[in-house]
Amino acid sequence: MRVLVCVKRVPAPGSRINISPDQLNVDTAHLGFTTSPHEECALEEAAQIIEEHGGTVTVLTAGPTEAEEQLRYAASVGGTDFVLIPNNSGGDWDPERTANAITQAVNKLEAEDGQFDLIMFGNESADAGGFQVGVRVAVALDRPIVNGIKGIEINDRVFTARREVDTGVEVYQLEAPAVLGIREGINLPRYPTMKGRLASKKAEIAIAPIEVHPGGQNKVRLHRPEERVTETNVLGESAAAAARVVDLLDELGVL
Amino acid sequence: MMGEILVFVEHDQGQLSPSAGEALTAARELGERLSQKTAAVLVGQAAEGLGTMCAEYGVQFAYCLTSPVLSDYGPETWGQAIVELANQCSPSVILSVGTDRGNEVLAQVAARLSAPFAANSTVVQRGDAWEITRVQWGGSLLEDIVVDSELLIASYNHHSIEPAFFPGDNEIEVRTVEVELDPTLGRTVIRDRVTLTEGVTLSTASVVVSGGRGVGSAEGFAQLEELADLLGGRVGCSRAVTNNGWRSHTDQVGQTGTRIAPEIYIACGISGAIQHWVGAMASKNILAINTDREANMVTKAGYAVIADLHEVIPAVIEEVKRRRS
Repeated sequence: MRVLVCVKRVPAPGSRINISPDQLNVDTAHLGFTTSPHEECALEEAAQIIEEHGGTVTVLTAGPTEAEEQLRYAASVGGTDFVLIPNNSGGDWDPERTANAITQAVNKLEAEDGQFDLIMFGNESADAGGFQVGVRVAVALDRPIVNGIKGIEINDRVFTARREVDTGVEVYQLEAPAVLGIREGINLPRYPTMKGRLASKKAEIAIAPIEVHPGGQNKVRLHRPEERVTETNVLGESAAAAARVVDLLDELGVL
Repeated sequence: MMGEILVFVEHDQGQLSPSAGEALTAARELGERLSQKTAAVLVGQAAEGLGTMCAEYGVQFAYCLTSPVLSDYGPETWGQAIVELANQCSPSVILSVGTDRGNEVLAQVAARLSAPFAANSTVVQRGDAWEITRVQWGGSLLEDIVVDSELLIASYNHHSIEPAFFPGDNEIEVRTVEVELDPTLGRTVIRDRVTLTEGVTLSTASVVVSGGRGVGSAEGFAQLEELADLLGGRVGCSRAVTNNGWRSHTDQVGQTGTRIAPEIYIACGISGAIQHWVGAMASKNILAINTDREANMVTKAGYAVIADLHEVIPAVIEEVKRRRS
């Protein structure tokens, strides 16, 4: 099984996200970085798939040189091959541009080493949350894609994919080569082992420069939503507050 | 500017989705502002009877798209069906609500039309170009963008529109449009469904009793379950809880879990990291039960009890039972 996982390097914010002085980016001066959570789960799923079925997990990211950190992390938790599409513009590409770059990279990687049976994306990135890059890549490659996947079974070349909805589960069946948008909760990602850490140090990262034109979505500025100023009404400081809690439930008509 | 506003109205096997009212209200409002006519888009023959329900929100037109491959939901068939309609009527805007399906279908439409797609928007305006405000970080930040395209494809952030019926005697013209679709796109149509929850769900519950790290263990949730059951609500949890394996991810409220909008959110032992807050912030009222007066969740909540949840919850349960007896 030849699997590709596309990941994004995102800041790991604390209790508040600050904006850079030019208003175009998150102020990351005091922040660490991580892999966007849905994608971390996609990577874990890919690692489990090749443990069971054999094969390779190529991990691809488009981002600054520093995104090598996320690829090295991927090497410590099961990735086997690593590709960085450099974007040193100082900010994110728009979703069309990102999708276009990934599509070109996939075409190039497949021309060299054969088709990917499965390409996985996160359902959406933690920061920009555009909800589209995976779909755009799948459409460009004319491959089936379903988003929001929280379970995969593989039978021969058919992926049975489960998506949680409000009332239960929807089941889809996609034939390879296929694309899936993965959602957190499909698994609990592993922590790197000692062996993993070594693999991470040794990992070779291929740099794949790709020329892509901007898409039609232009960022003007980031700003903070109006904060709901809340005067917290403290109903009590012990179990004796129960009566006031139930009064409140009654007032709201939910008792 | 020419063209009409199309709004994708979600349904599941002919059952109108709870987000439909939001979609129709947003579209009608935009139509009024831009002086353009607004049409609901219903995909699949199962939706044929839903046109009149759309009329209640003041939308004057509805297209019902039919084809043998539109028997059940499929992101590719539904997306391509809307593309076929767009090719026929050249709309100026295609809207949806940013639910799983709303974003998935419009991403398909945008990819197939090679047009930009602004997901989870809160403001849509037309100046010299389309000027959009959309959410980033699940709602912790907003992003102003300019969309360089005649056709705007955008979803509205879920729970950001208050659905409103349109007063008066509303009439709607429903047109059935047979679309020709490549049968191979049927490859992503739903094959099977498993129903796990009947009735109230986390995203539709009017009461959500949620627990965080402060609950302490999987067993600690029994009290929260009991209170939720008594109030006809559901149990939720924070990411710390699912990471500890105390609850299934299905119960997780937050940016990577479920977005909720109950009448009251009872947050027990939840510190309120931003990723959790953005999933709960659409709640109409929030009651935080926490020993830490400075916890984010407490300072953001309208109501708080500063005490151990394992003492407060049983007392609340007793009080509810006492008043009902």
